Amino acid sequence: MNKPNIIVINGQEYLFTPGETILTVARRNNVDIPTLCHMKNATPTGACRMCVVEVQGARSLMAACTVPAGPNMVVRTESELIAKARRMIIELMLTSGNHEDCLVCPATGDCRLQELAYKYQIKAGRFPKTKSRYDLEAVNPFIIRNFSKCLACGRCVQACNEVQVNTAIDFGYRGARTKIITKGDRTLKDSDCVFCGECIQVCPVGALIPKDAYKKARICDTKSVRSTCTYCGVGCQVNLHVKNNEVQHITGRGDAAPNFGSLCVKGRFGFDFIAAKERLKTPLIKENGAFREASWDEAIGLVAERLSAIKAKHGADSLGVLTSARISNEENYVVQKFARAVLKTNNVDHCARL
Amino acid sequence: MTNPIADMEKAEVILLTGTNTTENHPVIAAYIKRAVQFKGTKLIVVDPRRIKMAAFAEQWLRPYPGTDVAWLNGLMHVIIKENLHDKEFIANRCEDFEALAKSVEAFTPEYVQNLTGIPAQDLIQAARLYAGAKVASIVYCMGITQHVSGTDNVKALANLAMLCGHLGVEGGGVNPLRGQNNVQGACDMGGLPNVFTGYQPVTDGANVKKMEEAWQVTGLSTKVGLTVTEMIPKAHSGEIKALYIVGENPLISDADVNHVEKSIAHLDFLVVQDIFMTETAQMAHVVLPSLCFAEKDGTFSNTERKVQRIRKAVDGPGSAKTDWEIICAISRKMGYAMNYASSREIFEEIARVTPSYGGITYERIEHEGLHWPCPTKDHPGTKILHTAQFTRGKGKFHAIAFVPPAEKTDAEYPLILTTGRVLYHYHTGTMTRKSEGLNERAPECFIEMAKADAEKYGVKAGAVATIASRRGEIKAKVKISETAVAGTVFLPFHFVEASANKLTNAALDPISKIPEFKVCAVKVLA
Amino acid sequence: MSKNRIQLMLCGGTGCHSTGSKKFEKALQQELEAKGLAEEIKIVETGCNGFCAVGPVMLVQPEGIFYQKLKVEDVPYLVEEHFLKGRPVKKFFFVEQKNKATIPHMNDIPFFSNQVYRAMRNKGVIDPEVIDEYIAREGYFGAAKALNEMTPEQVVEQIKISQLRGRGGAGFPTGMKWAFAAASPGEEKYVLCNADEGDPGAFMDRSILESDPHAVLEGMIIAARAINARQGYIYCRTEYQLAIRRLDIAIRQAKEYGLLGENILGSGFSFNIDIYQGAGAFVCGEETALMRSIEGKRGMPRPRPPFPAHKGLWDKPTILNNVETLANIPQIIIKGGAWYASIGTEKSKGTKVFALSGDVNNIGLVEVPMGLPIRKLIYDIGGGIPGGKKFKAVQLGGPSGGCIPEHKLDTPIDYEEITKVGAIMGSGGAIVMDENTCMVDMARFFMDFIQDESCGKCTPCREGTRRMLELLEKICHGEGQDGDIQSLEALAEVIGQSALCGLGQTAANPVLSTLRFFREEYETHIKEKVCPAKRCVALLKFEVNPEMCKKCGLCFKACPSEAIAWKKKEVAVIDKSKCVKCMSCFDKCKFDAIF
Ligand SMILES: Cc1cc2nc3c(=O)[nH]c(=O)nc-3n(C[C@H](O)[C@H](O)[C@H](O)COP(=O)(O)O)c2cc1C
Ligand code: SF4
Ligand code: SF4
Ligand code: SF4
Repeated sequence: MNKPNIIVINGQEYLFTPGETILTVARRNNVDIPTLCHMKNATPTGACRMCVVEVQGARSLMAACTVPAGPNMVVRTESELIAKARRMIIELMLTSGNHEDCLVCPATGDCRLQELAYKYQIKAGRFPKTKSRYDLEAVNPFIIRNFSKCLACGRCVQACNEVQVNTAIDFGYRGARTKIITKGDRTLKDSDCVFCGECIQVCPVGALIPKDAYKKARICDTKSVRSTCTYCGVGCQVNLHVKNNEVQHITGRGDAAPNFGSLCVKGRFGFDFIAAKERLKTPLIKENGAFREASWDEAIGLVAERLSAIKAKHGADSLGVLTSARISNEENYVVQKFARAVLKTNNVDHCARL
Repeated sequence: MTNPIADMEKAEVILLTGTNTTENHPVIAAYIKRAVQFKGTKLIVVDPRRIKMAAFAEQWLRPYPGTDVAWLNGLMHVIIKENLHDKEFIANRCEDFEALAKSVEAFTPEYVQNLTGIPAQDLIQAARLYAGAKVASIVYCMGITQHVSGTDNVKALANLAMLCGHLGVEGGGVNPLRGQNNVQGACDMGGLPNVFTGYQPVTDGANVKKMEEAWQVTGLSTKVGLTVTEMIPKAHSGEIKALYIVGENPLISDADVNHVEKSIAHLDFLVVQDIFMTETAQMAHVVLPSLCFAEKDGTFSNTERKVQRIRKAVDGPGSAKTDWEIICAISRKMGYAMNYASSREIFEEIARVTPSYGGITYERIEHEGLHWPCPTKDHPGTKILHTAQFTRGKGKFHAIAFVPPAEKTDAEYPLILTTGRVLYHYHTGTMTRKSEGLNERAPECFIEMAKADAEKYGVKAGAVATIASRRGEIKAKVKISETAVAGTVFLPFHFVEASANKLTNAALDPISKIPEFKVCAVKVLA
Repeated sequence: MSKNRIQLMLCGGTGCHSTGSKKFEKALQQELEAKGLAEEIKIVETGCNGFCAVGPVMLVQPEGIFYQKLKVEDVPYLVEEHFLKGRPVKKFFFVEQKNKATIPHMNDIPFFSNQVYRAMRNKGVIDPEVIDEYIAREGYFGAAKALNEMTPEQVVEQIKISQLRGRGGAGFPTGMKWAFAAASPGEEKYVLCNADEGDPGAFMDRSILESDPHAVLEGMIIAARAINARQGYIYCRTEYQLAIRRLDIAIRQAKEYGLLGENILGSGFSFNIDIYQGAGAFVCGEETALMRSIEGKRGMPRPRPPFPAHKGLWDKPTILNNVETLANIPQIIIKGGAWYASIGTEKSKGTKVFALSGDVNNIGLVEVPMGLPIRKLIYDIGGGIPGGKKFKAVQLGGPSGGCIPEHKLDTPIDYEEITKVGAIMGSGGAIVMDENTCMVDMARFFMDFIQDESCGKCTPCREGTRRMLELLEKICHGEGQDGDIQSLEALAEVIGQSALCGLGQTAANPVLSTLRFFREEYETHIKEKVCPAKRCVALLKFEVNPEMCKKCGLCFKACPSEAIAWKKKEVAVIDKSKCVKCMSCFDKCKFDAIF
């Protein structure tokens, strides 16, 4: 009775663990199956149907992302029928809504539909194009919902419901009127949305974009630098997308714990402060109750002199240093070392208690 | 945290207390919500406010603010009485069980109901749920620590976890959520008055000697220094003459800021090193511009003790420098050569002098961080603490007495105020309040109160009201909310113009020296 | 089973309601009271009798006299004659179309005599709101047997032997389904009844629920026994208020009799049934969507596997059966699987209920043995096509099905045979179409329905069906182009092959089957811009052909907007500036003179 866990994909035998989908096994073995709606960390929905494959004995094509591998299952991932289906699906996506203005779309270069259309060399044309029934929504500070680009792939719904569990959005209406809606189809601003932006991150096209996307460089034109979020103690792993010496976007790193791509509203959108005009740019010394700009030499000289003098006069323990829960380990280390080795006091603390 | 964040999805039961997780740690909240929604984890929320997480909970227990030891002792009372404790774990891993058992004897559910307002039946049910789980996790935050009894509260939580053997196992543990990105790191690095890096006491001669050698100095102080909450009053009394403040804004974040301001004004010399002209920086004699996380290399240690990289992505503004470069320059000027070429070099020194960081290198954490303790280069890091034994060997049960909050309500100040954060802002708002979007979502301070209280004190939703404590008063708009329970009001503390900490009580926990932000008596006037 | 001498089984089905059965009932009751007959003669409002075409109808029991087309005015005469004087009234008898013979007894009417009642055995015979009447007809004997005399395995075995297949559409062997769920590990299991019945024009399930609710409950109890479920749900569309009310009553009565709830009939087995009212979306009839809907989520299909037998409602092992499937179960248990399998074809056993509608004389609900040629269904039972028109095709399986043209009419009613000709058995909708039906327009109608009802989840169904609809609309509007048929076929293939659920997978069937049998009609629309059946308004000229016009003036009388000029003995002329294209003249002209 114990059948070996072997599945045949394109003539090759592969081992699988029960419960794994065809897609998982194929991907592990570098067999390429195109997907669009599939998300690593959510239940597969099988919505977009890009990943259809032939399973011997099945009446129709099967979605590789949802069908579990079975013993002695025989699968083909490429065939004339499969190609026909994938090409048609791409064509149908291209004709639904507005996918003609890639030149001015923020998602260009970072768009799954574009990638697939290119791969299969599909131009829309056979069918008439239908404009979106729903107007663009931009009445909140963070997210633009451009329904004319939405493929109703449902990734955002999965992200909101299964990853962030904010249950702010779901499918609404039916058929070609399908729209991703909040409860009561209100604007995001007046919904349960907490603007974590998980949905933006998973949207494969330009249907969900950051509010300031049009003013910022496209993701594909930026260099990405891996880092750690600077807000709370969770330590979410982020990518800083940089162009022109400016952080243009922050996204979650999908490949690293603890957040696996998730962020909160502050981590994702709250980085205006980096380039804020109020940033301190030069040392300041207070004279007669007002600050004046000073050179580093002067400022450092003054600090060293005053600290030395007070220490000399009142003793090391008349000095106190507050280091910070906001700065790096290395800096904290240097600050406490400074207090202990240079000022010779243990009066060093930080505001963790606060 | 004793356990990694990812463990939350493995817990059978999570006891969540003193954390408004969806607002303050949204990504951890997501873990917990997923656990409840998809993994069958049962959640117990204990919080004076009906926070969002309560909607996901099997049980929401509502104690009067500041009565945590009472309900915790109550839980333990029930567990011991119903014989639900983990006798094997207690016998093998812990000591002083009898003392604990005795100390909780008086905390019958009925008595606890009197002290906390939690119905006896609910307490019993929660005790059974937590103790009955194969693995259960405790998750807490400032709502537990910011009390005069903060240290006691934490110890009581540890007692509870040990009592049920929910420690040192996957999905279990006692897990404080750190509010700021590198609180863990600041502590690990010896940013504390009593320890060097890695919690090596400054009072231990061997440690002092080791550091003197490593740093090539002599005469390191062996006297425990002052905490921030002690330094500030001492500035007022004149014992502290100069303060060097790096990247903090005590003028908003401290309890009773009116007093803080006066104290700081007393200083002979104040240096503030920051990225913005904060309220504290305004009072400084010298302000030094530093760089933010996106402009420098380094590491942060997160709430699960994981050391992770930050990397320089952009140049800083003007001539601003990293905090370490500035300190090194001053140090040189004062005659001590601190010459580092890079943050990596500093980290290597940290690893040399800090056993728990000994095995961590930039190379090893290039892609993903490591959890300390990680003593050697081939050590995989420690995700779960106390798997075989506790740091001190056996886990000690502490008998904890219930101490009510320092301040009580009376006829004049009939309401309890608790403070905290909102989702859209962070701490003193220095950073988040530079974001138009965040400001749009949360533009101003508000007094969150229950409908019944608003009616009782004659204030209307959306109208500006005055909220006053024995120390000061502020004005803010009234927000009537389901979250609030009658008798208790809430204020976020991010807003300078309506600084909640003008009202809070600076009474300190005797050990941790953390002020009692979470409980003070106030009145609200139209 | 009743103290009354005579029972008047008055049809309370929706068809008869709409032809005035309620008013008739009231008048009849008053008359019986007035004549002092109310004690011995009892009116019973039954579920749909099936013969909706001649409603309101009433069966006089125990005589078996069948009255049709009853009116309030007839009440005094009827009571006087039949119930006082004992003379059945001929003028309300059924009249056979062909030789005008009157037939007094229901069982002699061809509409009934060609039928075999199994799922509908109590229809019109019992009062559905009185459990004793159901029990008197072997009611709950099956449940008692299954609970007290049979093991779950034996129950499943009998269902397997019966070769009963799901009547909800797909025809999956019921015994096998139960066996899977029975073998599925788990403490908590569910039995669901699919009473969503979303096909346009279908009313089989509703009629069964209205006329014999206990049969469905009993079927569910037996199913629960087979898989060891403790809870069942009936998913019924909200519009079916009468069915829901009767189910409510039935459940209450069954509980009172200890036939539902804890420890049923002292067997130690407990089972409960609740009714869930569905919001009426077609896709909610699909099994996974239905389960989501009961869970309180949006009714959207999910991929299978996992199959409901393993992970169904709340991820617990679940069986879902159609109303008709379940109504067959009690008899199978009482009489044995072999009895059930004794009629039918090799792979399709027993009977099937159909809702005959469209251009057929005897519109109504019928139950026929498997294997009966479709021709007999339409001509012998259905009484043929009205108005002397020619038969064109019959659509089986509604929007998921296909059409069967004249030359395939001898196809027997059998899952595989019907599939071979490009239709499906479906749940039993049979829409008969006469020569005036445009097949392109018919395909367009169903595609419109489907694209509207697509849940919107998967790309091929959501986007593909609307493209198909656009093409069909284009063709019907006279804007069809070369290549449109190919585009339709290409879309049909991809949607059928790659859609997620049954709705999408079968969405193109009406188009494919009309293309198979009526391709030239498509071509005529596209190439000649002509609708041969004269149904596509955009392709009509609204002119009168003087050669064919018999100058009768019927069109003139029918026109609502005075667009037609006609005088005696003159050819009618249509003023196109006044014409509103309502088609009234087309319908009235007997000589096909308008084009
Ligand atoms: C779009 C769609 C609609 C359906 N609607 C119904 C329905 O209204 N009633 C029904 O019994 N089955 C319906 N089905 C079939 C059910 O999914 C399921 O197969 C059936 O209820 C199983 O019961 P059976 O095996 O007794 O037929 C539908 C299927 C699809 C794909
Ligand atoms: S931003 Fe977050 S909460 Fe809002 S819709 Fe997107 S995923 Fe949901
Ligand atoms: S908004 Fe984006 S992620 Fe959401 S359904 Fe549309 S295309 Fe998919
Ligand atoms: S085939 Fe249609 S109804 Fe079925 S899942 Fe896809 S979109 Fe929904």
